[in-house]
Amino acid sequence: MYLRRRIIDRLSGTWMVISLVTILLLPLIIGVGLYIKAAPVFEQHTLTELITSSNWAPTKGKFGFWPFIAGSLYVTVLAFIFSAPVCLLAAIHLTQYASKKLVRIIHPVIDILAGLPSVIYGVWGILIIVPFISGYLAPLFGQNTTGYSILAGGIVLAIMCIPYMLNMLMEVFKTVPMGTREASLSLGATYWESIKHVVIRHSRPGIVSAFGLSLAKAFGETIAVMMVVGNRVLSSLNPFDPGYPLPALIANNYGEMLSIPMYDAALMFAALLLLVIILVINLFFRYLIHKTQKA
Amino acid sequence: MSFSNIDTMTEVSVEQREINDVSSTILQIKDLNVYVEDHHILKNINLEIPKNRVTVLLGPSGCGKTTLLKCMNKLTDLYRELEVSGSILIDGDDILNTSKNVPSIRQKMGLLSQRPYPLPVSIYKNVAYGIKLKGIRDKKLIQYSVQKNLEEVGLWDEVKDRLNSPATSLSIGQQQRLCLARGLAVKPRIILADEPTSALDPISSKTIEELFRRLKKHYTIILVTHVLRQAIRLADNVVFMSDGAIIEQGSPDELFNNPQTDKLKEYLVEGN
Repeated sequence: MYLRRRIIDRLSGTWMVISLVTILLLPLIIGVGLYIKAAPVFEQHTLTELITSSNWAPTKGKFGFWPFIAGSLYVTVLAFIFSAPVCLLAAIHLTQYASKKLVRIIHPVIDILAGLPSVIYGVWGILIIVPFISGYLAPLFGQNTTGYSILAGGIVLAIMCIPYMLNMLMEVFKTVPMGTREASLSLGATYWESIKHVVIRHSRPGIVSAFGLSLAKAFGETIAVMMVVGNRVLSSLNPFDPGYPLPALIANNYGEMLSIPMYDAALMFAALLLLVIILVINLFFRYLIHKTQKA
Repeated sequence: MSFSNIDTMTEVSVEQREINDVSSTILQIKDLNVYVEDHHILKNINLEIPKNRVTVLLGPSGCGKTTLLKCMNKLTDLYRELEVSGSILIDGDDILNTSKNVPSIRQKMGLLSQRPYPLPVSIYKNVAYGIKLKGIRDKKLIQYSVQKNLEEVGLWDEVKDRLNSPATSLSIGQQQRLCLARGLAVKPRIILADEPTSALDPISSKTIEELFRRLKKHYTIILVTHVLRQAIRLADNVVFMSDGAIIEQGSPDELFNNPQTDKLKEYLVEGN
């Protein structure tokens, strides 16, 4: 009997370790795989050239990825700027002010939004956001655009991020002990002062973490953004101009035009770049979390 | 405002309180009822709290002691599901039905919870928080007040070299004294203590009890406890509650030696 229990104990422990190692190795395996497939492109171009050049002419063997990197960053930053304040304020309201009844109604709505396939957001972006930008917003700023733009990508991506970010922020704010809020109010603070000095301060590492995870998720988002961003190789600062983020480049071209020499390897490099940038974003936010925890 | 001014303000008010009428009523509760949906959790509470005395709210868990305490500084506002009616008078103002600003009402009642809840800032900033909320901006004045209140709770010598460390780095007992210092820094009239020693070890509990004994010269203390021995040690006035209602109230001698109701008799037997 005891021997059987010991065997089960050992087996379960071993399986846990195997699962953990698999999870830990997964990014490494993906990274190494991508590197091997992308290796041919390094034989003809330096890393700096690939990252900083804007010259994109695959048929001539020119692979400058800067417009794609810039496009991805621009769309992601816009999405973050649009979604972060909205989510922060909504999460504060839902956890600190709203009645339980309202929270009960809102929760399933957020879950439904989070579960919608990204293609639906893309279609909605084409039907609503793109015409709104071309017909109303761009003319306001004296711009002439089809509406398929970095701004459209940013807005659609922001809306996609909202349920995800809001859910995380709500969970973060719920961890603030009621006693800490009561202590602040008892000292004569108003609700807002308590939120500003106690709730937000207490939640800072969690807020940073929620922002970081949302940003990393947004950076890799493909379909919806690809449908509204215009997909033109441009590195413009004008948000009404089209852009071409990295995931869209891979999704649009992989499997096609692979007869062009090195194109396959270049697209694998784009995927590797995406992986590295997301890793860097995550590491940066880990550092920020560490800093805010120490503060 | 100078240091002597802030001292004088405190001293004068303390002296006045002592000279005026030590045994007079500072807080009066009339016909207080609290409901949560269909549950009647506080039933027609009528109570007078004497000045500069320790009033102990005694009773079994779930009898409404903490809810009663939270009504006194309007923390019940945080719980939308609670329906509160009646009146609570302090300085002649009915705090339940007043249009006066709630933060200033709450500053009259320092709160000490069951377990310490230090703010997520340094030791220094914890004590300075309430002072700044009172509109005091003079750094030297704040510094002086922080030191004075930390000394009052006997914590200054233990933390003077690490005032900028997070408050959470202190032991639980020290955190509870910090919370008391933080509450005292806003110069409350009443200290509301909700089982403040329940999470502490016996030595820290003893320190808090000694502090209360000392502080009652200057403050009115309302202490919630279900520890009979603590009530006997500290109380000047005892209110026994059960099932949301006040069953008996009076001096410790009257209640503990000559209980009138079966509920209190039973509680005293069980408690011992």
